[in-house]
Amino acid sequence: MKGREATTPGWLGILPGTALVVLFLIPFGIMLAVSVAQRETGGFYQWGFDLSGYQRFLSAFFGGVLLTSVGIAAGTAAIAVALALPFTVILAGLSRRTQTAILVVLLSVLSLSEVIVGFSVSTLLSQTAGVGNILAWLGLTAEARAYTPSLFALMTGLTYLSFPYAVLVLYPPVARLDPELAQAARTMGASPLRTFFSVTMPLLRAPLLGALILVFVFALGSYLLPQVLGRPEHWTLSVHITDQAIYQSNLPFAAAMAAFLLLVALAMVGVALLLAREKGDRA
Amino acid sequence: MKRRTFLVTGAAGLSALAAPALLRAQGAPLKVGTYGGYFQDSFSQHIFPEFTAETGIEVESIGEPTGEAWLVQLEQAARANQAPADVSMMSQVSRLKGEAAQVWAPLDESKLTNLGNLPEHFVHRYEDGRLYGTGAVSWYITLVTNTEAYPEPPASWTALWDPANADKLGLLALASNSFLLEITAVTHFGGTDILGTEDGVMQVLAKLAEVKPNVRLWYRDEGQFQQALESGEIPMGQYYHDVTGLAASNGQPVRSTFPKEGAVLDSGSWVVSKASQMLDQAQIFIDYMARPEIQAKLSRNVGTAPTVDRTLTDLSDEEFAAVSSDLPPILPRYDLYVDRADWVNQKWSEMITG
Repeated sequence: MKGREATTPGWLGILPGTALVVLFLIPFGIMLAVSVAQRETGGFYQWGFDLSGYQRFLSAFFGGVLLTSVGIAAGTAAIAVALALPFTVILAGLSRRTQTAILVVLLSVLSLSEVIVGFSVSTLLSQTAGVGNILAWLGLTAEARAYTPSLFALMTGLTYLSFPYAVLVLYPPVARLDPELAQAARTMGASPLRTFFSVTMPLLRAPLLGALILVFVFALGSYLLPQVLGRPEHWTLSVHITDQAIYQSNLPFAAAMAAFLLLVALAMVGVALLLAREKGDRA
Repeated sequence: MKRRTFLVTGAAGLSALAAPALLRAQGAPLKVGTYGGYFQDSFSQHIFPEFTAETGIEVESIGEPTGEAWLVQLEQAARANQAPADVSMMSQVSRLKGEAAQVWAPLDESKLTNLGNLPEHFVHRYEDGRLYGTGAVSWYITLVTNTEAYPEPPASWTALWDPANADKLGLLALASNSFLLEITAVTHFGGTDILGTEDGVMQVLAKLAEVKPNVRLWYRDEGQFQQALESGEIPMGQYYHDVTGLAASNGQPVRSTFPKEGAVLDSGSWVVSKASQMLDQAQIFIDYMARPEIQAKLSRNVGTAPTVDRTLTDLSDEEFAAVSSDLPPILPRYDLYVDRADWVNQKWSEMITG
């Protein structure tokens, strides 16, 4: 720090720092404390040190639920980022006005609540009012059928919700990309597709990873869409946490599951960052 | 002398300070929680205005989430000495859990002159005999169908197991609000006695698991199912008799059927949060709701079954038949969801998602 002029006064950090402690660390501490509280059957809980919530979680059943959640979140991250990357690269090549218009539309998607998106997708894929009727009218299927609830419906909803986040993460670095690099590759005879995969994508490795992690964590916490668009086997751990906290008033168990979910999220992010660093060293 | 003066001025000062608060408490409305949506709308329209006109007590209507969410909120708030609602309508499982956690304020029986109208199972007491709640309304969960998809009403709960109904059912997602264990036990095991042991519950669950291929939606949110039932997207399922009747009278192609095995008779009860500052007004309200004419009014306008004995009311046979049935009802085993709550819930989750 010495010899360098501070451009931001240090005390400005007090506000976000306090907010982090008050709004994140303290609730997180309370959650951990509740997760080991003693459950009273037929009642609520009392403070104590009881690991039965964690024990109950360590079962094949909840292991399966956890795998489902991670699988759905990872799938959403992969699909959303795979769609967002070419979208953003093409977007960055458009005129400034068009770019702004498209970004505004994307941002407005963020203002839609999960409930609205869930019900819209379920209507769109329903038997009585959905696309099945168009397919039947076109003669592609014998009669209209429902495509919800299903894994397809769930992934559609989750991708729809997380796509704008992926674009927003990718847009600044993509817009700053030096166009000459891609042009050089083209001059040297690389096809556009090859240029995209061997020049553009490696340059964007860090933001791509960032987008993947953001969407993964975002999708990992989803609980409404799996209920509206998924079948019971697609219910994520968040759905089970809600059931325990809201419907069974078993807050210790819900908190223990939430702690597990957080650990898994942190572990996955950690592994992703480690992998990225190793690759970066070798490159 | 000096000390006495101090005491007097002190007391005067205190009462002066306390007076505005008291006045505010008197002027404050009594917050009454009922299930948000249909119940809340019906109570606001048919019950609260006349109650206020008669007693002078203003009512603020609070919409509660169903299930145990409200219990959790009341309990958390009571720890901070807050009452999001003074009086709440609670499901029986939530009521019993709240009893175990002593969340409900004890009531003064001498203030409840209509207590005698209620049958014993609608007079709720702590183990030491203190009264804390009364039956509010009861309702049936029946077999419902879309009339366009099913021109003939189904006669029995066995329709849930019929392979012809593959992917057509909407059922409640939780053991403790669907009462599907009781329905299965009565339909296939001759009664709910089998649910007395864990072995028996497992047998019933195994039988219930056979309906899974028929279930399109395991719903937690009523609105989600009702909309799908009305559109015919999910043409059969279990639902509330009162709301289905209302939808049908509004021209929706839906019907509610009492299966020959009986429909599930569930109920809600009035309880007062121990954090409430308006116990007197709350008791007046609870007593008012136990009047036979008010119960009859609920039956006529809301479609709920009366909690008081039918003979006390002036309901005609026809009016009674619209909200109830002479068939013996399936009575929920609330003990299962209180004493064995975690175990039943775990096995239930494994059955549905497994």
